[in-house]
Amino acid sequence: MKKFSISSILSQLLLLFFVIIWIIPTFGLFISSLRDKDLLAISGWWTSLTTTEINEIYRMSGMESQIEEDGYFKIKGKLFEVNSGKKIGSFGITSKKINEFNIGDVAIFKDESEVLLDEDGNYEWRSRTQFTKKKGKRLFTTSLSPPAFTFENYREVLFKEGIGRAFINTMAVALPSTLIPLIICSFFAYSLTWMKFYGRDTLLAIIIASLVVPLQMSLIPILTIYNDFGQLFGVAAKSYPGVWMAHTGFGLASTTFLLRNFLKSLPNEMMEAAKVDGASHYDIFLRIIIPLSIPAFASIFILQFLWCWNDLLVGLVFLDQVPSEIILTAKLKELLGSRGENWEILTTGAFVSMTVPLFIFFALQRYFIRGLVAGSVKG
Amino acid sequence: MTILNLVFIVFLGVLFFIAYFHISNYILDVYGNKTLKRFNFENSIRVIVFIAPAFIVLFIFILYPVFETIRLSFYDKFGREFVGLYNYKWAINDPEFRRSILNNLVWLLVVPTLSTFFGLVIANLADRIWWGSIAKSIIFMPMAISFVGAGVIWKFIYEYRGPDNTQIGLLNAIIVSLGYEPQAWLTIPMWNNFFLMAIMIWIQTGLALVIFSAALRSVPKEMLEAARIDGASELKIFFSIIIPYLEQTILVIWTLITIIVLRIFDIIFAMTNGEWQTGVLANLMYDWMFRGGGDSGRGSVLAIVIMIGVIPILAWNLYKHRQEQKI
Repeated sequence: MKKFSISSILSQLLLLFFVIIWIIPTFGLFISSLRDKDLLAISGWWTSLTTTEINEIYRMSGMESQIEEDGYFKIKGKLFEVNSGKKIGSFGITSKKINEFNIGDVAIFKDESEVLLDEDGNYEWRSRTQFTKKKGKRLFTTSLSPPAFTFENYREVLFKEGIGRAFINTMAVALPSTLIPLIICSFFAYSLTWMKFYGRDTLLAIIIASLVVPLQMSLIPILTIYNDFGQLFGVAAKSYPGVWMAHTGFGLASTTFLLRNFLKSLPNEMMEAAKVDGASHYDIFLRIIIPLSIPAFASIFILQFLWCWNDLLVGLVFLDQVPSEIILTAKLKELLGSRGENWEILTTGAFVSMTVPLFIFFALQRYFIRGLVAGSVKG
Repeated sequence: MTILNLVFIVFLGVLFFIAYFHISNYILDVYGNKTLKRFNFENSIRVIVFIAPAFIVLFIFILYPVFETIRLSFYDKFGREFVGLYNYKWAINDPEFRRSILNNLVWLLVVPTLSTFFGLVIANLADRIWWGSIAKSIIFMPMAISFVGAGVIWKFIYEYRGPDNTQIGLLNAIIVSLGYEPQAWLTIPMWNNFFLMAIMIWIQTGLALVIFSAALRSVPKEMLEAARIDGASELKIFFSIIIPYLEQTILVIWTLITIIVLRIFDIIFAMTNGEWQTGVLANLMYDWMFRGGGDSGRGSVLAIVIMIGVIPILAWNLYKHRQEQKI
């Protein structure tokens, strides 16, 4: 008995280890997307709950803003706007000694002008002689920034970076690309299962063969067809209907296969009885098959929808990379190239692109898993 | 295109297919019965109505392209002049192609094996622990995320800053805290492939996990109980009972992930774009579809090489299908 419990603890620990490894990357992304972008750029997300030390360089105002007061020429100002509670701890006047002075100390420059700084960034720079330089001197500050979380990144990404529009575009690609194959494949699967006609077995074999044909085999010929079609009719070669049909084509075999496997499991007697009562195939399809197939439809819908939502290649090849057509994954890839250092945009953008899949995942996990398991029976 | 237009054409697109089936069947129901039933035509026309859209799509998007791609691989870059085996000879002598094939092979060796292995181990662990289903959910979650999204997630892990800066990438932060120099992980030839593969394993383990979890339920509980009473260790049970019992499932999952890995494109495209010797066939193909105005001959050769990889699986599936039909 004791041996069993030790092995049980060991397996719990091992599983915990796997879980932690698996969750950390996504968790880090999520936390980062909520962090203040200045903090995000200089500290790891795992420090987000602690106070971060930030070193910054500011320049004070120049001669125009000087005033005369108490026998001094003074320049007063603020290093930064009042913000998330950043507090300056120490500062310096040369890049070699950035921590030379504490708040409350009077720092004296070589030209004998003096500067006073408070922790909120208000400074008073004074001199016995008049200031003559247009540019003010630099101050090096070391401030402590408390943990700061914000939705600002989301606002920026959704409305300024075009992720919001890409989100809508992706929806406009994924929804029809899921519904159209579902509609036409359900009729196809029905006839492959319940109708007798010449060549049915061959057709089924073709479907099974098509299951594994990589979509790369289709890219070049389809692109050529689209280009020719566009030229012939004077329309754009790359368009939403084009992407829908491409996704329909690439998802057709698996959708048909899964549906047929499901339909085959329905009892034959039911169809026979309906037929005896004079129902046509279309009646049977509408009144019997569709109500019975709702769970199967749900699984297949989720699989195909996620596939289309997460796809990059098809959207890249069959859509123009312009704001009104670009899909989320392509947009993210574009941002990876152009804004590779702006982690607040990347992490937030990635998270926005994940919202729909994650919602489906958590809300409809049961159907998702059922579809995957059913689909894997043959592969 | 405005958003309103977009919503409109989405509706129109879906409606078109519903209308096609509804109207054609309605006509057949109303008029077909009287005139056609006598000659038993009604059924044949109905079959055509049911099959036509799917078959046309299948033909245009899968069947025709397969043959067209094979044809194009023997033609020049515009698909106009027959050049024989020129494109194939080019491929064999192209260092980029050889590098891609090598990378693809390593991917095929590593990713399906490790994903299947982790999936099996985790499924087995989670099966016996009360919080196992939560653990499964978490490990399965990456399956829902796009490859590009996963790329961003992991790029953040692999992020590199110079030795003087604070590391914001987790991996480098760990390395630095252990006293080593930070590394630009994705630019180290050969090793960077494994860092990219880690992403794919992270995703595909979830797939293996859920399928194994379903399959584990078919292992007879009595057999496991009996083994435990006889004093077999969990490790022994795992290797002597569970693995042999799930042999079929292991094979299925392994092939499934192999097919996915064979056409892997997004991760590499998003992370390194094939630089630092990380290119694979699908990336090279995408490249040649557009490089220098596009070369359909070379692109087709690359597609065919990917296709050759799945032919054994295709043949095996067809063989199994035949067997089932006979029963």
